[in-house]
Amino acid sequence: MSILEVKNLTKKFGGLVATQDISMTVEKNSITAIIGPNGAGKTTFFNMITGVYQPTSGEILLESEKLNGLKPHIVCRKGIARTFQNIRLFNEMTVLENVMVGMHAHLKAGLFGILFNLPTTRKEELDSEIKAYQLLEYVGLEDFLNEKACNLSYGAQRRLEIARALAAEPKVLLLDEPAAGMNPKETTELTRLIRNMREEFNLTIILIEHDMRLVMEISEQIFVLDHGVKIAEGKPEYIRNNPKVIEAYLGTGAVHAG
Amino acid sequence: MKALWQNYRKNKLAQGIFLLLYIGITSLSLYLAQKSVTAFLLLLASLLLLYFTSFKNVTKWLIAGVVLVILLPFTASNGDGYQSYMEVATLVGIYISMALGLNVVVGMAGLLDLGFIAFFAVGAYSYGIFATAQANHFMPFGHYPLSGESFWIFILIGCFVAALFGILLGIPVLRVKGDYLAIVTLGFGEIIRIIFNNLDRPVNITNGAMGLPSVTPPSLFGIDFLYPSQFYYIVLIILVFTIFTVRRFEHSKIGRSWKAVRENEIAAQAMGVPLVKTKLMAFAIGASFSGMMGVVFAAKQAFVDPTSFTLLESITILVMVILGGMGSVPGVILGAAVMTILNLQVLTEITNWLNQLSTSGAISIPDALSPSKMQRMIFGLLLILFALYRPQGLLPAKNRKYDQKLLQKGSKEANGDSLREQSPIENAQEV
Repeated sequence: MSILEVKNLTKKFGGLVATQDISMTVEKNSITAIIGPNGAGKTTFFNMITGVYQPTSGEILLESEKLNGLKPHIVCRKGIARTFQNIRLFNEMTVLENVMVGMHAHLKAGLFGILFNLPTTRKEELDSEIKAYQLLEYVGLEDFLNEKACNLSYGAQRRLEIARALAAEPKVLLLDEPAAGMNPKETTELTRLIRNMREEFNLTIILIEHDMRLVMEISEQIFVLDHGVKIAEGKPEYIRNNPKVIEAYLGTGAVHAG
Repeated sequence: MKALWQNYRKNKLAQGIFLLLYIGITSLSLYLAQKSVTAFLLLLASLLLLYFTSFKNVTKWLIAGVVLVILLPFTASNGDGYQSYMEVATLVGIYISMALGLNVVVGMAGLLDLGFIAFFAVGAYSYGIFATAQANHFMPFGHYPLSGESFWIFILIGCFVAALFGILLGIPVLRVKGDYLAIVTLGFGEIIRIIFNNLDRPVNITNGAMGLPSVTPPSLFGIDFLYPSQFYYIVLIILVFTIFTVRRFEHSKIGRSWKAVRENEIAAQAMGVPLVKTKLMAFAIGASFSGMMGVVFAAKQAFVDPTSFTLLESITILVMVILGGMGSVPGVILGAAVMTILNLQVLTEITNWLNQLSTSGAISIPDALSPSKMQRMIFGLLLILFALYRPQGLLPAKNRKYDQKLLQKGSKEANGDSLREQSPIENAQEV
C-alpha cells in the first residue's frame, strides 16, 4: 500500500527548473532513498513535500490527501517530519527542550491552562518531559538532557535532530543526508538506528544520502535524480548497474570503459 | 577568605542571618536617615542579595513580599522624602513590567521591536481619554469623566486594547525579519505618537499636543489614590501578576515555541510550530503588560501627552532588557531597576553634587559640560562598558534544568524499561 504519492512535481525558480515532472510512489513502512549528484534537486524535492516551497505544478498526496498549498507546520501535523542537511537545531535551548518542541503540535494546553497552571496542563507537561526523555534514551543522548544543543558533538546533533523529528509522531520521516560528516562507525550506528526506527515507530522513511554503502544496504527502493529529472528508479541491485546512473555520477566515458 | 565564602554559599543559616542583618541595618538606617538615598538603594539591593541565597522559591517570594509591602514603605515614611522615594519605587515597578513585556518579544521570541512604547501610550490614552472630559467631544452617549472606580476595569481594558494593537501591528509587520522588523516597528512607534499628537482635528479625540489634563484619580471604597505611596501598591500587584504570567509562559509550550522561532524559524515551522500565530502571541502578550502599566501611568501622572512616548523611551526599555540579559526574567527585572534608579536617583544625585561643588567654587565646570547635560553621556558610557565586558547581561538567561532521575523513573514506569534494552546505539557500541 502506498502512503506518499507524488505526481508530475515541477518547481521552477524563475527560469531555472529545479525539478521537472517527478513522479514517485512510496510504499508504507518502506525505506526509500533519493540519490543524485549535487544540485540534482533532491533537497528542493524535500522542501516541496514539507511545504517550505510550493510546487509550480504537480501534486503531493499523503494517504490520498493533497498536501499542496499547506504551510510547513500543517504538513507536520498531517504526519511528515524531517531533518535538515545543514543541521538546524535550537542551539540555545537544552537537548530535552529541543525534543519537546517537536511535540508542539500534539500538546493541547491553551492560554488559560498555562496561565493558571491547571492540573491537566501540568500533567501534559510532565508526560511530554518523560516522552522526550524516552526519545533521548532511544537515540542515546539521555545524559546530555540539560546540555545546550550547540554544545553537542556533530554526530550527536544529527541524532538529536532525529529524536526531535520522532517527537512529532510522524507517519513519514524525511532524512536529508543523515550520514553527512559521520565516520564509518557512526554511520554503522545510524544504519541500525534507521532500521530500528522503522520497526519501533512504524515509520515510512525517505532519505537523501551520498553514502552509497548506507543507501545500498538499507533502502528497498531508490530514486535517482539528475538535473531535476528522475532518471531511474528501482531496487538497489538494479540501480547499481543502471548505465544512466553511472553516467550521471561518473560521466559518459565511464559506461563505455566499464 | 575563599573558604569562608565557600562555607557561606553552602550554609543556608549563615545566608539567612546575613540577609536579616543586612535588611535590618539598611532599613534602620533608612528609618533614621530619611534623606539618605544610599540607604534607600541599599535596602532595595537586599532583594538582589535574596535572589542569590539558596532558599526555596516560596521563601524568597515571602521575604521579598515582606520587604516590599511592609518594610520599604514603612521605613521610608518617616520624613518628607517619603513620596519621592515611593515615586521612584513606583516608576521602577512600571519600567520593570514594561521591560518584562519587551523581553517576551525581543528576548524570547527574538523579534527586535523599537516601537514598544506605543503600547504603553495606547494604554495611557485609553484611560486618559475616558477619565477626562475629553471623551465628551466625540462620544455620543455617556457622561465623562468617568468615576475613579472605572480605573480598575480600565486596567483590563488597557491590557486588551494594547494586546489588540500588538496583533494589528504584528499582522503586516511580521512579513519582514531582523533589521527590517526593527525599522518597521520604529516607524510604528513614531506613527502612534504622531497620531496622538494630531488627533485633535477633525474630531478632537486626543486633544493633540495640549495633552489630557486632570485625569480622574482611581478610587476604591471612596478612597482616592492621589499619592505615589498609594500607586506603589497598585504597581506592585500588577508587577507580581506580570512576573508570574511571564514565568508561566516561559516554561510552557508557548515559551518553548517562542524560543524555537528565535533560534531557527525554518526548523520550528517544520516541527509544527505555527510561525505567525506564535509571533503574534508574543507581540500581544508583551504589549498587554505595557498597556496595563500605561493605564496606571496615566492615572499616576494625572496628565497624558504625546511627549512621554518618544523613541528615546522605547530605546530605554530595550536597553533595560539588553543590560539585564535578554530572555532572562530576573536579569530584566534587575536591568530595569538599575536603569530606572540610575536615571532618577544616582545620576541626579551626582549632578546635584557636582553642581554644588561648582557653585561653591571647589571645581570649575564649563557651562557646556554641565553635569545635567552629561547624564545621557554617563549613561552611554555605562552601556559601552557593558557591551564590552558583559555582553550577555547582568544575569544572563539560564535554561531550565530538568531532573534526570525523576524523568528516568517516569520513563521506566511508562514503558516497563522496554525501549532502553533495544536501543540500537548501545548495541552498536558493543560490536
